[in-house]
Amino acid sequence: MSVERDVMEYDVVIVGAGPSGLAAACRLKQKAAEAGKELAVCVVEKGSEVGAHILSGAVLEPRALNELFPDWQQRGAPLNVPVKRDEVYFFLSETSALKAPGLFIPKPMHNEGNYVISLGNLCRWLAKQAEDLGVEIYPGFAAQTPIIEDGVVKGVTIGDMGINREGEHKADFAPGMELRAKYTFFAEGCRGHIGKQLIAQYRLDSEADPQHYGIGIKEVWTIDPAKHEPGLVIHGAGWPLGNDTPGGAFLYHFENNQVLVGLIVPLSYSNPHLSPFDEFQRFKHHPVIAKYLEGGTRTSYGARALIKGGLNSLPKLTFPGGVLIGDDAGTLNFAKIKGSHTAMKCGMLAADAAAEALLAGAEGGDELKRYPELFKASWLHEELYKSRNFGVLLHKFGVYIGGALNYIEQNWFGGKFPFTLHDLKPDYQTLKKASEAPRISYPKPDGKLSFDKLSSVFLSSTNHEEDQPVHLQLKDPSVPIAQNLPLYDEPAQRYCPAGVYEVVGEPGAKRFQINAQNCVHCKTCDIKDPAQNINWVAPEGGGGPNYANM
Amino acid sequence: MKALVSVKRVVDYNVRIQVKSDGSGVVTDGVKHSMNPFDEIAMEEAVRLREKGKITEIVAVSIGSEKSEETLRTALAFGADRAILIKEAGEVQPLTAAKALAAVFKKEGAQLFIAGKQAIDDDANQTGQMVASLLDIAQATFASRVDVDGGKAVVTREVDAGLETLEVDLPAVITADLRLNEPRYLKLPDIMKAKKKPLDTTTLGDLGVTAAAGIKTTKTSPPPSRSKGIVVKTVDELVAALKAKGLL
Repeated sequence: MSVERDVMEYDVVIVGAGPSGLAAACRLKQKAAEAGKELAVCVVEKGSEVGAHILSGAVLEPRALNELFPDWQQRGAPLNVPVKRDEVYFFLSETSALKAPGLFIPKPMHNEGNYVISLGNLCRWLAKQAEDLGVEIYPGFAAQTPIIEDGVVKGVTIGDMGINREGEHKADFAPGMELRAKYTFFAEGCRGHIGKQLIAQYRLDSEADPQHYGIGIKEVWTIDPAKHEPGLVIHGAGWPLGNDTPGGAFLYHFENNQVLVGLIVPLSYSNPHLSPFDEFQRFKHHPVIAKYLEGGTRTSYGARALIKGGLNSLPKLTFPGGVLIGDDAGTLNFAKIKGSHTAMKCGMLAADAAAEALLAGAEGGDELKRYPELFKASWLHEELYKSRNFGVLLHKFGVYIGGALNYIEQNWFGGKFPFTLHDLKPDYQTLKKASEAPRISYPKPDGKLSFDKLSSVFLSSTNHEEDQPVHLQLKDPSVPIAQNLPLYDEPAQRYCPAGVYEVVGEPGAKRFQINAQNCVHCKTCDIKDPAQNINWVAPEGGGGPNYANM
Repeated sequence: MKALVSVKRVVDYNVRIQVKSDGSGVVTDGVKHSMNPFDEIAMEEAVRLREKGKITEIVAVSIGSEKSEETLRTALAFGADRAILIKEAGEVQPLTAAKALAAVFKKEGAQLFIAGKQAIDDDANQTGQMVASLLDIAQATFASRVDVDGGKAVVTREVDAGLETLEVDLPAVITADLRLNEPRYLKLPDIMKAKKKPLDTTTLGDLGVTAAAGIKTTKTSPPPSRSKGIVVKTVDELVAALKAKGLL
């Protein structure tokens, strides 16, 4: 169906208003202003507003922000809670835990000088800075496909609005416009749906290890002021996840009597009966955590996949006409469990490269070779190099021995073991057969500390226009029932943190149901489906969660 | 013929409202805001009337902090020709809003005042009516169909008994009900153009209005949480349970 599309042209189009995309936008404008020239920069964002789809812990290391806006304090950046102290626990069982003495905490887990923040609010602030610098930001519009002509990325096409479930135009059909650019920056975050296509099309990962992922589930609680200690940062590993599922938990004391609590489950887990959502719910009952939450109220819920392969899995960053930045490439530092400062820095490096070219009169469409050069020479590369073995150590040797080896590498060798470890099995290949893995019986939620999925998704204020094509596409609709169900008891029912996937119906007449309206855009299904049969595409712009301060 | 459309910035309808712990109001910081959905319908109707050639100019107006500029930009993207922000950082009660909007209406010499029937934040459902009273002009509220012809408007209203059709002389106030129309999707090119359309700022003082404080909100509390349901096995049990609750 061909439709007439409006076209706008820019010097740089950035897909995604997260920390990386917004930092890149600001940097481009700063560089142009320094040179006394104009650069036209546009950012599109699928969330209904900037920050609506942002979810992170978060403890921010301000290094990149200091470089971007040295006067961020005067500009009122929402960094209000400096980290006061760190606590690290090894949870041994549902009731016991070992607290690590400060001396034994791996260096990347020290947080002096960092801030407990809401990344969503930081992005809202960054967006304001960007707009003041002259960047055009359009939330509520989802980039749907790259425009590729003669092998060169020329921009993106925005998704059409007003198409019904059957794919027909409704009365209010509005074709998405084409945003064309000399360079297009893809900053969609972990497992961007266009980034994924570009990585495949340009074989950007041909020299990298397979990428690795986790799913982070987070809640915001308002707790008893007497128990609230702003700036207290708690990390933990161990229970409820087993030794072979090296995840991590956090509880950060934020402002206004709020605490941010979450669990990260690596998507390399092997037991198909595992449910990250239920692991998180039961985790909150651990005495170390429950003592803060008891008597409090849960105010927000959300989930997002995170990318943790690090330097070993980093794809090539450039292709003709565009670049991958931030977690669309995978710059998160898993040893620190921090990706915001690295994503910002990455965006700034790409911006430096593009500004240099454009201000010298470049026509664009070429590969920005200067960007990977700047990347290699930066502290970002140095930092990711030091952490390159972390995820692999944990995955190969488990939480205890892997954790100990990491301590030795980080604290004795300064992050520089004279060798690099590799983890070559992609996360979708790690599941055991359902019949060969123990079933896990999760306790019923008590409605005080733990909750069911639907009441949780309700707190994410997720909404999608109902009458639109399902944005979770099955390449082969028979796979869930014919293969995944007998082999793995269809794990989508459990790994989805929003209850999107259900197997319904009587035995013999089972049906796979997709409740796309619930989708919180975490992308876990696209990553973990053992048949790689689920393709996540962007729904109508503005759909998805409406996170307030995640 | 000129139409004035008033639009209000409210907490987005998708957002789960949270009451502040001290009961002084609801949490609005860091919460997504958007145009009151009934005002979107009013805006859409104005644009359709202009497309039909019934009106020639649409002026959007809002009262609030500078953040309401976003809401006015949305109105401009819908198709308003220009916008006026009445800047007021404090609370604006319906009577204050009505006085300010009536003043703008007079100043602009408009013939039609179109607004949503109510805003989804305070559900007051008063402003349109009071604008009509203050200006001593006709009003047709809860419109589900609007036809404008010459100096008259024919408005169908949804009332308890069904549909009521009124004919009002212009100038008049019309407030939009849910089924008047379905607002269009805003197109990216229109949002881009809206950034360049004129947006003027004024104040209550400029309009000769002082903020009234006739209403004092004494307490805000969340609705009681729903108690757990029970599963009954038979119809008899159901009937007995309903009777026990006095529902049968």
